[in-house]
Parts: sequence; C-alpha cells; structure tokens
Amino acid sequence: MNAGGAAAAPLLEVRNISKYFGSVNALQDVSLQVYPGEVTCVLGDNGAGKSTLIKILSGVFAPDAGEFLIDGQPVTLAGPREARGQGIATVFQDLATVPLMSVWRNFFLGQEPTRGRGPLRRLDTAHAKQVMRDELMKMGIDVRDPEQTVGTLSGGERQAVAIARAVYFGARVLILDEPTSALGVRQSGIVLRYLVQARELGKGVIFITHNPHHAYPVGDRFLLLKRGRLMASYVKRETTVEGLTDMMAGGSELRELSKELQGLAVGDAEVAEVAREFAAMEGDGEVGGARGEADTPEGDGARPA
Amino acid sequence: MNAKPASVTVIGPSAGAPEGPDERLAPISRVTRALQRPELGALLGAVAVFALFAATDSTPQHLWLTQTGLAAWSQQAAFFGIMAVPVGLLMIGGEFDLSTGVMTGVTAIVMALLMGRLHWNAWLAIAGTFVFAALIGLLNGIVVVKSRLPSFIVTLATFFVLRGTSIGGVLLLNHGSTQVSLTGTHYGGLASAKDVFGSSFGASGSVANGYQTAILWFIALTVVGAWVLARTTFGNWIFAVGGDAVAARNVGVPVNRTKILLFLGTSLAAALVGVISFTQANSAVSEQGVGYEFFYIIAAVVGGCLLTGGYGSAIGAALGACIIGMAFEGVIYAGWDSSWDFTFLGVVLFLAVAVNTVIYRRAQKARR
Repeated sequence: MNAGGAAAAPLLEVRNISKYFGSVNALQDVSLQVYPGEVTCVLGDNGAGKSTLIKILSGVFAPDAGEFLIDGQPVTLAGPREARGQGIATVFQDLATVPLMSVWRNFFLGQEPTRGRGPLRRLDTAHAKQVMRDELMKMGIDVRDPEQTVGTLSGGERQAVAIARAVYFGARVLILDEPTSALGVRQSGIVLRYLVQARELGKGVIFITHNPHHAYPVGDRFLLLKRGRLMASYVKRETTVEGLTDMMAGGSELRELSKELQGLAVGDAEVAEVAREFAAMEGDGEVGGARGEADTPEGDGARPA
Repeated sequence: MNAKPASVTVIGPSAGAPEGPDERLAPISRVTRALQRPELGALLGAVAVFALFAATDSTPQHLWLTQTGLAAWSQQAAFFGIMAVPVGLLMIGGEFDLSTGVMTGVTAIVMALLMGRLHWNAWLAIAGTFVFAALIGLLNGIVVVKSRLPSFIVTLATFFVLRGTSIGGVLLLNHGSTQVSLTGTHYGGLASAKDVFGSSFGASGSVANGYQTAILWFIALTVVGAWVLARTTFGNWIFAVGGDAVAARNVGVPVNRTKILLFLGTSLAAALVGVISFTQANSAVSEQGVGYEFFYIIAAVVGGCLLTGGYGSAIGAALGACIIGMAFEGVIYAGWDSSWDFTFLGVVLFLAVAVNTVIYRRAQKARR
C-alpha cells in the first residue's frame, strides 16, 4: 500500500540492540526499522521480549548495546518525555485514558489548551471540544457529546481516542502495545481500522501483538521475537498468515502437542474435544482463536444479561 | 427524594463500527445532562432539609424562614464549607486528609501564641500561621506521594501528632493552660485583621449580629474551587490523578505535584478557619476542631464527590456543608433535643449518598 515508503529513510531505526537485566538477556541483537506510512508488526509470545523492546523504543529503558536512530541520526533518549518530544508516542493498552473523565478532557489531558492570562488563564473548552470532534472524525468516530465520559465508550473506541490524541499531538511514530489483546473480535477489527487510518496519515506504526490474524492484514513488515531474539523478519509478500502462525507457535511443537492430546483422548470426551480443537487450529493456523476471543463479545446487545 | 429519572437517555456502549452517524446515539436531553451533575443530589438534599426545618420550625415567629435563621445556619455552613471545598478537591484527587479538623484548631493556637506570647503584629502572625500550615500540608503531601502509603494512614498519623502537640506544646509554652487568650487591646493590626476575617456585616433589626465575614470567605472559596475544577488545567489534573493515576502519568500529568498541591490546599484552608475563629474569639483552645475532619468529608461525599476519587464537584461540597449547617441549627429551631444531632446527621448522610449513588449509576449506566 505504500510503495514509496521503503525508499525513504526510516523514521526510527534500532540496530542490534540488547538489554540485560542482571544475568537475563531480555533482548539480544534485535534490529527494526519503521518507515512513514508503514505498519511494523512485532510478534511474539509472552516473555519473548516485546515489552522490553517497547520500553526501549519509548525511552523508558536505555539499551545496553546497539544503536538508536531517529531520521537516520543516532540519538540517546533520556526518558519517555524526550521520546515524546521526538514524536514517538506510545499508546499503552487500557492505561492511556481516565474512564470517569469526558472525552474532550481525556483528549487534551496533560496538554490542555488555555486562553487568557494570569489568574484568568482557563481551559479553552470550545476549542478543545471542536478539535477533539474533528480529530476523532478523521478516525471515523462521530462523538456527538464531548461531555460523554470515556468509560462509556467501548474498548475499541477508547483505544481510538488514545491513538487520535497521539496523532494530533504530533506523533510521527506510534507504538501500540497490544491494542487488541483485551478486545473481542469486532472491537479488534475497529482498532485495526484506526491503525490503518494512522498509517494512511503517514505515521510510522509499531504494532505489538501476539495475534498473527490481527497483524497480517494491516502489517507491512513483521518481526518475530522469541526468547529475546529476533527469530524472523519478513516483509508482507514474503509470508502468509499461516507462515507467521507457524513460526510463532513453533509449527512442529504444535503438531506434537496435538498428537499427544489425541493419545490422551482415548476414553475421555473432554480431552478429545480439546484435541479436535487443536487439530483444527493446526489446520487453519488459528492460534489467536485459542484464546477464546469469540467468547467475549464486546459488542452492544450481545452482552449476557 | 424524587430523584428517579424517568428516561435516562444515556449513550449506550456504541461498540460497533460507526459508519457515519451512529443511530444508537440518542440525543441527550437537558434533563439528563442535569441529572449527570454530581451536585444534583446535594441540591435536592439541601432543599429537602431546608423544607423539613421550615415545616418543623417551632420558634414563635417562625424564625427559620427569616434572616435570623439564614444567618445562623449559613454561619455554621461557612465553617464547614471553607474546609469541605478543598477536602472535596483532595477527595476528587483520590486522597484523604484526616488532619484537617485538628489543623483548624492548631492554626488558631499558632496564631494565638505568635500574638500572645511573641507579641507579633496580627498580620505578621497570620502570615506565620499560613506558613506553618503550608509546611504541614507539604509534609502530608510529600510523605503520601513518596512513601506510597495510603493518605488515610499518613494523615491519621499527622492528626495524632498534631493533637498531642497541641495539648503538650501549649501546656509547655503557656504556663500550664490549654487556653491561649489575648488580654487588652494593644495588639497591632488586630482590629484590621478582625475586619477581614472575624467580623460581621449586614446587621439590622431582623438579624441583630449580622452575617459573619466567614460566609464571604466560604462563598469566595466555593467560587474559586468550582472555577479551578471545571475551567483550569489544574482542575483537569485533579480529576485525572483521582480517576487513574497511572494513565495520568502516562500522558504527562505531574501526578505527585498535583497531589501535594491538593494537600497544601486543605491545610491552607484550615489555617483560614483557624485565623477566622481566633480573630472572632481572641482566644484559642487545644483540641478545638478535633473530630470535624469527618464533617468535611461527609460534606464532600454528600456533595457528590466519589470516595474513590475521580469524580465530584466543589459546589456540591459547599451544598453538603450547607446541609450540615442547616442540620445543626435546624434541630435547635425545631426544638428537638440536640443530643440527637448526630443521629439526624447520620441519616442525612446515608440518604444523600444513596441518592447520589443512584443518580451516578444511572448517569453512568453504560459504563463498564
């Protein structure tokens, strides 16, 4: 979707970075490039080093080895604030908005527009509401009531507010930390759409997830982390969703597990059921589905009473 | 209390992909908007309590509905309200201050000692009192923020330390008496300080002693509190640190500074009460104000401030203070046995909080 992107310099690049915690190699020799108008997906199971990578990219940790480049220039980030100043915005899952506050207050939280001087300096509420409405409209959300509290929004919309806010405040690189992991199928779809919107606005997006089904449709590049190391790196045309799944789950491990379960299943209906599910999963590579997302519909009306 | 919104048209969890305008977003009526205000419960409660005492007033000339009654309960309300507003802001910011009650007494004593023992000019003593209060407030705030202990515990400790010191210290400094009084009239600045803090205005035939200046301070503080909360950046931060401190920090709100300033606010307000009460009486006693911290918290909660933080209103807290003021005075006007004051207050507190909660839940129905 972004043919020219690869030719431009990466907005953000890390080269062979490593991070140690005592004797633990949390991250070793990982490289990554983020181009404008592209989505770079970082995939990995729990403990793969995704969180460490995000924290390095967002300036929370300094890498113990390796290079950090912004617009091709090597930099050393002093902290998250400096990262933000450089246009790197991190949207933490569910930790970016205050549920009891209205949408417009949340949107400008920490960067409130004011008018007037001295003791009469006050929030420019009209401006704030208008900007919030316009920015969310760009994301395809029509907020009719700016006073609506964020807590009344759906999980997907909350993420969208956080994304729209980051974009508005000059983010060039957006880091989205597992934005879909707590969401149901439909809600995840909505968030993915906003993610694509941000890409269309020319932002470099880093999308951290453990769900290849979410990553593949929106991603341009894919990084697979395992035990702190870069296991594989693809551009989109080099792989398929099955390929990603296979790499992530360790295809052979999954097949073995499936066989093992089938062995156990003799005489136990429940285990047989699980084994069948596993076999099916292996067949169409649906690792994400195993988390039972279909069981947690976040949609309206579908909620159990 | 008829707080049953017949049709709360709150926005539903608009979960679907909104392609264009979302037809599920019902338009929000002004009624619903009013019901969403945190101070609504307190307003209804204040009206109800006022009406109750208007009906049960047993004084010969039905004084409750005259200026006499107004002056009486508004004076009570002022002393509660000057504290309830900053305590409410602190509560919205997610913290408690249990040292507020004793602070109103300790600050009065500090001023009394500065004037009575050290013979400071009244205005200098007032400045000294505010500096003292600021130090205590900063201490509370910094300890809470740095130790990450619950503010309930930290300020409870402050409360005990101050309570003990206000007895022991005064006994030491004041020749074994817990009352510090000014004698004579030769105190520099006392007259003008009285004019500003401890006098009255608007005396007439129907209200012989006039209205206390404290009422003006109460109104001013309420206006400032409401303005800060609704219209300033700092107000936005107060809601944020009480609503979700982690999220607030993630988007760059100075969480610690906000909380420390809120603790500073409650202790400075306590100093204001101390100065007012001292300039009124020319004396101060150890342990005065002890136990009042709960009235301030009650007023804030009755006024719609959420105990868990993140939601509330300064005007609500002020209305809560009015309810308490009316309850204390109204019992006298109704000729009831004033030993039942607290029973009545307990019932009012419960009803107000119940109504608030019902309204709040309805207003936030779609929340998950």
